[in-house]
Amino acid sequence: MLFTTLLLSLREIRRHLLRSFLTTLGIIIGVAAVITMVTLGNGVSASVQASISSLGNNTLTVFPSGGRRGGGNAPPQFENGDIQAIRQQVSGVSAVAPQASASALAVRNAQNWNASVTGTSNDYFDAQNLEFAGGRRFTDAEQSAGKSVCVIGDTIRANLFANEDPVGERFRLGTVSCEVVGVLKKRDNAGFSDPNSTVVLPLKTVQRRFVGNQNVLAIQVAVAKGYDTATVKQSLTGLLRERRHIAPGQPDNFDIFDSAEFASTVQNQMAQMTTFVAAIAAVSLLVGGIGIMNIMLVSVTERTREIGIRLAIGALGKEVLLQFLVEAIALSCLGGLVGVVLAFFASWGFASYAKLPFTFDLSINLISFGISALIGIVFGFFPARRAAALNPIDALRHE
Amino acid sequence: MTEPLIQLQGITKTFGEGPTAFQALKGVDLAIDAGAFLAVMGASGSGKSTTMNILGCLDVPSGGSYRFRGVHVEQLDRDQRAYLRRRYLGFVFQGFNLLARTTALENVELPLLYRGEHRKARREAAMAALEQVGLDRWADHTPAELSGGQQQRVAIARAIVTQPDVLLADEPTGNLDSERSVEIMKLLQRLNAELGITVLMVTHEPDMAAFAKTIVHFKDGLVERTEIPAGMGA
Repeated sequence: MLFTTLLLSLREIRRHLLRSFLTTLGIIIGVAAVITMVTLGNGVSASVQASISSLGNNTLTVFPSGGRRGGGNAPPQFENGDIQAIRQQVSGVSAVAPQASASALAVRNAQNWNASVTGTSNDYFDAQNLEFAGGRRFTDAEQSAGKSVCVIGDTIRANLFANEDPVGERFRLGTVSCEVVGVLKKRDNAGFSDPNSTVVLPLKTVQRRFVGNQNVLAIQVAVAKGYDTATVKQSLTGLLRERRHIAPGQPDNFDIFDSAEFASTVQNQMAQMTTFVAAIAAVSLLVGGIGIMNIMLVSVTERTREIGIRLAIGALGKEVLLQFLVEAIALSCLGGLVGVVLAFFASWGFASYAKLPFTFDLSINLISFGISALIGIVFGFFPARRAAALNPIDALRHE
Repeated sequence: MTEPLIQLQGITKTFGEGPTAFQALKGVDLAIDAGAFLAVMGASGSGKSTTMNILGCLDVPSGGSYRFRGVHVEQLDRDQRAYLRRRYLGFVFQGFNLLARTTALENVELPLLYRGEHRKARREAAMAALEQVGLDRWADHTPAELSGGQQQRVAIARAIVTQPDVLLADEPTGNLDSERSVEIMKLLQRLNAELGITVLMVTHEPDMAAFAKTIVHFKDGLVERTEIPAGMGA
């Protein structure tokens, strides 16, 4: 009986194809919008997560504050001594990498590339989870002497050396001729500071030959496994306040950027955004449901005589109810199905256009489809009940 | 003496309420035996259609008692009356009332669908019924492709496919020319004689009423007289 009813309903929908399509348009748009937004939202979150974890899991990066407040003197830069102090006095730290930065044109033969220059120690590779494709790290002698040796990213290698092995070769970086001692593996999801187009040199080399001072622009601190980031951050703050002679009650003159905290902030914002857009789409679903109710009411009126015939030959009220209900559900489910298919192509298209990872989220697809079926039940019920409650003789007399 | 198939006693029917109320039936008494072929005649407003609707369990009386096979129909609820229609009654209407854009076969199958018969049984019974009315070769045609007389014969096939006790026909020839009308009447006569189906028919054409075994005349909401026709149609 249910199967026959379903067949009858599908036949009825096919008979009024255009009307059925227009009726379900609200559902189609609603379902497609909800799924597409959630899928893209997931893609953005995944992409942000990937960039942040490329910095190294749980890193704290310390910068001097801007110093614009109150027009006072700019806060002091970090010194080489700070690095040593952090390494010795803060527990739960697996790597402490100072950073001095510049940018310079890398030139070799006819090729050149505008590279970022980072002066740091070997800890930098650990903090950033960078792997070597060839060559080696810096030796202690190279670091203490400030020699012109470098480790290059994959983009630099590809542009300056093409298919040659760069290890042992030299190229000119700004005004400095430097020797390649190591090459890094290509890093996907490069994030903020692209390690692929960075030339890494010992800190002393960059301080002396590129920026011309002893300043450390930032310190990247990697939190060791099993240690709480917040605790490490707290003791790091304490140590730096002491070393920078900040009286109690005075604000810090440095900022600590917590990668995990930043990731969760971005993700919270994405989630809020997704919820907001999904709420708008939900309104479209509601409007779609009302459209279905409207059409079903019209259909009941239009087919009053048919209902009368069915009742006269012995259909029960609940069988007529079932028929109209199944019809409404079939209509909204078809709309939901079209919406799901549409959303799949839309989110896949957007994702590949915006170079976001595309992940098929089964649960949101099921939820949206379920909601469209629910709409069929809720908004189909009243017209169906109206049809079932008709008096057979009145229905038969209906013109 | 055994109880008649149908017994109406003091049936009244009032439409509307208060000062605008209209009493269509004022106490109808009628007994119909199994195997009867009854024609109901009367001027419009005489209560003949109202009586037919009550007999067909499509409408309920305001007062009096209606016993069908000994069961008090006036005490049944909506669903029970639907079951009764489904099991014992078949309907033929003036306007044919077939489902549009649905083949003759599917139309005839419809009552069996509600009975929950299986597909194969449905098909066979529906084909047999179409054969009875001489339309087995038109099974795949929709009402729009059939003439009025053919449509009415499909409607009769739909009414008899469940092998009902009673066939109720409300002006079955009202929309047909006289030649088709005679065909339909002969068909009803044959179903009455060969299958033993009790036929109750409303008509206002004396020519058609003459095919019945008994004619009941209605006037002003009451049975005026009962007549045995001269048997001109037989």
